[in-house]
This record gives sequence, structure tokens and C-alpha cells, in this order.
Amino acid sequence: MEFLPGLERWFHLMAGVMWIGLLYYFNFVQVAAMKAATADSTAAGISKHVAPRALLFFRWAAVVTWLTGAGLLGANFVSAFTFRPGFALIGAGAWLGTIMLINVWTLIWRNQKKILGMVAATDAEKVTARRVAFLASRTNTMLSIPMLFFMAAGAHSGQFGF
Amino acid sequence: MQNPLDSLWGTVISGFVLTLVLFVVVTKFIGV
Repeated sequence: MEFLPGLERWFHLMAGVMWIGLLYYFNFVQVAAMKAATADSTAAGISKHVAPRALLFFRWAAVVTWLTGAGLLGANFVSAFTFRPGFALIGAGAWLGTIMLINVWTLIWRNQKKILGMVAATDAEKVTARRVAFLASRTNTMLSIPMLFFMAAGAHSGQFGF
Repeated sequence: MQNPLDSLWGTVISGFVLTLVLFVVVTKFIGV
């Protein structure tokens, strides 16, 4: 079982790439694409065929990333989340990742279901849901920058001068 | 004042500023 941490790190990185990659796709590509597609009446293709699939992999990749990250912390899980000496850098990354996971499943996914018509919502509720999901997604994009910094600094502290 | 998160580049710049702030908090006030 000595290879388990290596496997966990491998899956943590793969799932993390999928999660943050899709987050950046939504924010750097899809938001602007939806605006242009709405203008020429082709947005339905994105909202019907692309967004639901992207959201499926996005939200479950977030879960796998968090679970494999927690597995990697192992016995140091509490030390990281309580910023014990030697664990403050990875602890900051872990907290940011956890906040982002909560954002995905509460604010983003819950509101995207209304926007995409997966649950019933009035037009007014859809307008609110669109704004909340957008800001939560942008918040996660913002948080991903320090999260990746602290993950890298926690795992490779020597390269960061610690 | 406009919400920086409404702009893509405002979001990215906010992320870098937040990184700097959190870096100072973690290294100076919590301790590595």
C-alpha cells in the first residue's frame, strides 16, 4: 500500500485539472461565447448540449479533487485545516479548495439547474439564479489563483524559499 | 463602484491581489 499516496496524488492532479480547467472554460470562454451566441440566436446549442455536460464533469471532478486531497493529507488533515506549524501553506490551499467545492455544489450547481431548466423556476428566479451563479463562478476563478499558489507552495516549499 | 468580478481581468487581478494578501497573512501572522 506504499504506492497509495502516489496514486492519490495522480488522481488529485487529474481531477484538479478537469475541475479548474472547466472552471476556466466557463469563465474565459463560455460566458463571452453565450453573449455572442445569444445575439445571433444560437445560444441554445451551448445551453442544451455543452453546458450540462461540462457541469456534470465540473461538479464531480470537484468532489474527486477534494476527496483525493483529503486522502493525501491523511493524518495531517486536522493539522492543515488548523494551520499547525509546517502545515500553514497547504492548509491555506486546502481551505480555499474547500470553500470552492462548497461554492460549486451550493451556489453554482443549485442555480445552474434553474438556468438550464432542470428544475422549475420563474423568469424572475432565473434572472437571480443567473447572477448568483455567475458571481459564484467568478469568485471561484478568483480563489483558484491563491489556491493553486498555496497548493504549489505547500508541496514544493523549497522552490518558494520556505 | 463596479464589481471587479463582472470583468474577467478584474477577476484575475483580484485573484493576484488576494494571493498577496493571504501570503502576508499566512507568513507574517500565522507562520509557516
